[in-house]
Amino acid sequence: MPQIEQLAATYSSQIFWLLLIFGLVFFVVGKGMVPKVMDTVAVRDRQISDDLAAAQSARMQADSEEEAWRMRENANRAEAQALVAKAKGEAAISRDKTLAAAQAQLDDKMAKAEARIAEAQKAAAAEIEDVASEAAASIVQRIAGIDVTLDTARMAVKEAM
Amino acid sequence: MATEAKVDPMHQFTIEPLFGTDHMELFGYNIAFTNSALWMALAAVGLWIFVAGGMKRQLVPGRWQMAVESFTGFVDDMLEANVGKQGRKYVPYIFSLFMFILFANILGLMPLGVVGVHPFTFTSHFTITGILAIMSFAIVLIVGFAKHKLHFFSLFVPHGTPLVMIPLIFCIELVSFLVRPFSLGLRLFVAMMAGHVLLEVLSSFVIDGFNAMASGIGPVVAVLSFILMVAICALEILVAGIQAYVFALLSSLYINDAENLH
Repeated sequence: MPQIEQLAATYSSQIFWLLLIFGLVFFVVGKGMVPKVMDTVAVRDRQISDDLAAAQSARMQADSEEEAWRMRENANRAEAQALVAKAKGEAAISRDKTLAAAQAQLDDKMAKAEARIAEAQKAAAAEIEDVASEAAASIVQRIAGIDVTLDTARMAVKEAM
Repeated sequence: MATEAKVDPMHQFTIEPLFGTDHMELFGYNIAFTNSALWMALAAVGLWIFVAGGMKRQLVPGRWQMAVESFTGFVDDMLEANVGKQGRKYVPYIFSLFMFILFANILGLMPLGVVGVHPFTFTSHFTITGILAIMSFAIVLIVGFAKHKLHFFSLFVPHGTPLVMIPLIFCIELVSFLVRPFSLGLRLFVAMMAGHVLLEVLSSFVIDGFNAMASGIGPVVAVLSFILMVAICALEILVAGIQAYVFALLSSLYINDAENLH
């Protein structure tokens, strides 16, 4: 087993070269290069987490802006609806007023017309009486040869009617 | 073809000085540049190339950058899960440890023998794994005593231990604590060595089996051994990753003890 047989002859050279070469590895690679590699990884990780955080905050801002826009939109809609309702109410009131005025005018016209009709009826009835008494007087004169005064005839007509 | 194939499955672990550096010395200690040191350097260079390829620092990573980042993320997650927030400062160490062992294990498994290069798995030497284990253990001790001072010894007395049991439990916990660097180092060394020896033995069966064509049973053994080798190669790749992971995981668990006591 050379490990034991050559121990006495080679231990110092083994130890020397191992310490020298491992020392070089430790200081050049371990101390010099590994921290830089890990630094690169750390920088990348930080950038990724920063980007994620930025994306998250942008998303949250977009959400809040959308919320604000929605509220504004809802307010606008409510306002518009209030406006429409108000206009409707006003229109209804003015329509009612117009209708009432028109109705009143019509009622008035109707009343006047009815009064006129009643008057005409009355006049016509009086005229018919006159005519009927004259006719009755003349009929009596012609048939019975009796002269009846118009007043008497009128009385008789009134009775008969 | 009757030459007796002398395959020594342990030969692959032999350390050979390279480039005539046999007698290079530092303070009287031999520091020859060996094949072991060469493969350490190759693992280090491979790891450096791998991580450097992932340093483009793009916001949207490519495949290579993604691979490197998944390894650092893996180590980071492991430390975060086992140690918590304070575990982050150990990422460079645990990452270096995990990736260095992983590259060493996998480089040692590469079929480079086909092109005449013999890969050397330096993690199959307990000198190496022992040093790595002692490093992790030293970090645990230093951090533990620096952070908790002598209170660190309360690690050896679990919560709710009856008063009379404390001396016994303390000894048991102390021993189990002191065994840690050995188990940590030996586990990796044994796993890597066993796998390579097994592959070497099976491959010698394949060659010997075909050499003994005349015996009739030889080729059958060779083909069966070859099929088994393919499966064990896959298993060894898995073991290479798992052992690196286990080493890093246990190191981070021990560091957790030092950071948080219980």
